[in-house]
Amino acid sequence: MSAAAPMVELRDLHVRFGRGADGVHAVRGVELTVPAGAAYGLVGESGSGKSTVLRVIAGLIDRFEGRLAVAGEVPGRRRALAFHRAVQMVFQDPYGSLHPRHTVDRIIKEPLAIHRLPRDDARIARALDEVGLDRSFRFRFPHQLSGGQRQRVAIARALVVEPEVVLLDEPTSALDVSIQAEVLNLLTRLRRERDLTYLLVSHDLAVVGHICEEVAIMREGAIVETLAVERLRERTPTHPYTRQLLEAAAGYHPAVARPLVATA
Amino acid sequence: MSPPLLDVADLHVTFATPKGPVEAVRGVSFALGRERLGIVGESGSGKSQTGRAILGVVDPRATVRAQRLAFDGIDLRGADPRTLRRLRGARMSMILQDPKYSLNPVMPVGRQIAEAYRVHRRAGKREARVRTLEMLEAVHIRDPERVWRAYAHELSGGMGQRVMIAMMMIAEPDLIIADEPTSALDVTVSLQVLAVLDEMVTRRGTGLVFISHDLNLVASFCDRVLIMYAGRVVETLAAAALHRAEHPYTRGLLNCLPRVDRRLDPLPTLTRDPAWAR
Repeated sequence: MSAAAPMVELRDLHVRFGRGADGVHAVRGVELTVPAGAAYGLVGESGSGKSTVLRVIAGLIDRFEGRLAVAGEVPGRRRALAFHRAVQMVFQDPYGSLHPRHTVDRIIKEPLAIHRLPRDDARIARALDEVGLDRSFRFRFPHQLSGGQRQRVAIARALVVEPEVVLLDEPTSALDVSIQAEVLNLLTRLRRERDLTYLLVSHDLAVVGHICEEVAIMREGAIVETLAVERLRERTPTHPYTRQLLEAAAGYHPAVARPLVATA
Repeated sequence: MSPPLLDVADLHVTFATPKGPVEAVRGVSFALGRERLGIVGESGSGKSQTGRAILGVVDPRATVRAQRLAFDGIDLRGADPRTLRRLRGARMSMILQDPKYSLNPVMPVGRQIAEAYRVHRRAGKREARVRTLEMLEAVHIRDPERVWRAYAHELSGGMGQRVMIAMMMIAEPDLIIADEPTSALDVTVSLQVLAVLDEMVTRRGTGLVFISHDLNLVASFCDRVLIMYAGRVVETLAAAALHRAEHPYTRGLLNCLPRVDRRLDPLPTLTRDPAWAR
């Protein structure tokens, strides 16, 4: 791995689902560069292709055109074990992403077993400590945990194999706002402590603005604008769609909302 | 003086569970005129159960008890099913979060809206059809004829929610209870749906109870906001005075939201005081 290579790089990414008239061109020429240790946000509404981009990087979608490089290396169609250790993912729904009949202990041990890493008690205990879960949770089942606690387990599961890149797909949108704040603080702290690279997908500009330094706004499969988070904060985007998203996030104002109906 | 549209005093909703009774709503009181009232709280705060108790659509395992629970002077406590059926749909109705689950999947949506009108207004088929098409137009659906024939799964989320609003408003009710009506929608679509709801409610002077987890959204849409915590109302505020909220829970909710315009690191979190739930 060369030191100068960005951690994640995408060039002219295209993803198509289906064929012919029923085909969907879900991602259209997305390009992005995420330096090591950075946090990069992808924002868009449903169907904008933001999660598809994440799934391509994770290796969950293997039919795509374009170039993907992680830490300067182009992964093969069948990703190597080491790739999956370096790139981990946290999903939106903490109710759907944990095995309902596995204990927290087993959930966290599974990636360790896959990657043939030691599975000693100390390691599991440390994994729980790091995400702020009491050790008494270790032998509980997901249904005995709250949504926020489950998302902490999902984060512990992703981090226990010591990845370099963490792909976060709407990690807090199923949570209450007070729990969201705790998880966002946890994600910020873990990145700092472990020098992680984040790719965060969200529909929430404020969440992305909190975690990331750079933000790409997606619409209909393409990036319409890439901007530093400061420009988001100053509310000075260049693309009208970004402006529209910023206004929409500020609550209901008839003057903003009424014209939208006319165009619907 | 005419009675308020809705008069709720000391409302309790209790669920019988194997581990003993659980009180989801514990002594909620409020009165509603022809205004927009927001009820805000996190999961489990009892906000949805409050809305359901008013309409009499709580889970059969739950019991509802109140000192007063009256709609337009009509006592809803222990009202017989016939009275409730006459009120529900015709004079008070409910918009739920996800149109995919609240619309009938095997009946074209036009027929569903027309059916609502025929049942509650005792109208004929032809009149119901005309009114339905007018209503679809009123919720800004561009091609009402096409949507009339469409099934729920053929509509986008925003379109489906506008169909729901059309169906709930066609009988011209006096009270609408909207439970997270836009939470499943994208922000811009959500604004479109709110603009439609705004227009309909304003035009007809309908009373609205808007239940949501989104404090800022509710404050921007409603006149008044109740903040619920652990089954109780901890604070009532004029929507415009939201930033002057005093209760530590309300303040905590406002503070823990990340903001686009400035970054606080770490984000303030909410320290729950057992006394709030007292």
